Amino acid sequence: MAVVHSGSSGGLELPENVMVGQLDALANWCRKNSLWPMPFATACCGIELMATGAAKHDLARFGAEVFRFSPRQCDLMIVAGRVVMKMLPVLQRIWQQMHEPKWCISMGACASTGGVFDTYAVVQGIDRFIPVDMYVPGCPPRPEQLIQAIIDLQDKIQREGTITGREFDTAGRQLRKRALVEMAGPLTSDASRNPMLQRELAAAADAVAAKT
Amino acid sequence: MPSMPLAVDDILAGLAARCGAVETSVFRGQTRVVVPEPRSFEALAWLKEQGFDLLIDVTCVDYLEYPGAKHRYGLVYLLVSTATNCRLTVRVFVDDPDPTVKSVVPLWAAANWLEREVWDLFGIRFSGHPDLRRLVMPQEFTAHPLRKDYPLQGRGERHNFPIITRDHS
Repeated sequence: MAVVHSGSSGGLELPENVMVGQLDALANWCRKNSLWPMPFATACCGIELMATGAAKHDLARFGAEVFRFSPRQCDLMIVAGRVVMKMLPVLQRIWQQMHEPKWCISMGACASTGGVFDTYAVVQGIDRFIPVDMYVPGCPPRPEQLIQAIIDLQDKIQREGTITGREFDTAGRQLRKRALVEMAGPLTSDASRNPMLQRELAAAADAVAAKT
Repeated sequence: MPSMPLAVDDILAGLAARCGAVETSVFRGQTRVVVPEPRSFEALAWLKEQGFDLLIDVTCVDYLEYPGAKHRYGLVYLLVSTATNCRLTVRVFVDDPDPTVKSVVPLWAAANWLEREVWDLFGIRFSGHPDLRRLVMPQEFTAHPLRKDYPLQGRGERHNFPIITRDHS
């Protein structure tokens, strides 16, 4: 926040304890210090997530201790653990139920890349299907690493965002949201619109051709 | 318990008399018996009458490219008699195409979800099952992923989802 002290305000006399800044910066300052996490904990990373919130590491020091299990009350989704393909539609639905402004931390190797679980059932990184702001390496990461990610995220929040939220309010964005609501179930999506699926299908066809 | 092996021998003899040729073997004190597929329900029903009142598990092994294997799929029924603590492993072999056995849900209600799991992961059809839906994979899934000819990394199912970007959400 741009702070102007009373002595150096260029002629304008300000009383003591008065700061001059931008409202955007004020909004971002409020947001970053009152993050409400949505714990999407599916595996051992969730245990570290609990430890982060508990007394010893005490996430309350960073204003992020209010874990809510309703996505409508949250603005920070922490995906802790592997996400299987049966869970991904749930993850996307929860992400869409969260209100703007919202952020996402991908915690640990599995959430970020699938980790060692390179199998048919496990999604190879949630950032293929939902936006992610911070990645935390580790298997599982220690609470200090998650806290560092939250601090880094706070810096990011301070840099962007407006008090009116005008960055969310564009006509094209609202249209696209509506289109997504009308989108059919997860496995009926059009393969031609999904480049990753096309690559995977091509690789599978090549493997079959090489074998025969 | 000295009386138990005798009882098992009697049961195996009775099984052989009722269901034709059965292979039996013992491994580390556990008795296994192979029942021909057309008579499997009859054999299991008779075993239940003999006191095997608890069905521990129904599972399956895919013997594709297994050395010396004569059949593709080997179903495994693990039975226990809660009165005598006697255990019996019943094997039933089935083959492609359309491997099918008769469901044992009428005998043991526990078979309901166990057979659904085998159907889901191996594609063994259980005729007469009251509700043969997939158990663990999504309903839209088309493959049976624990078959040996299914690739470990799948056929792209794990990537077949809509992509939500910042603009979409």
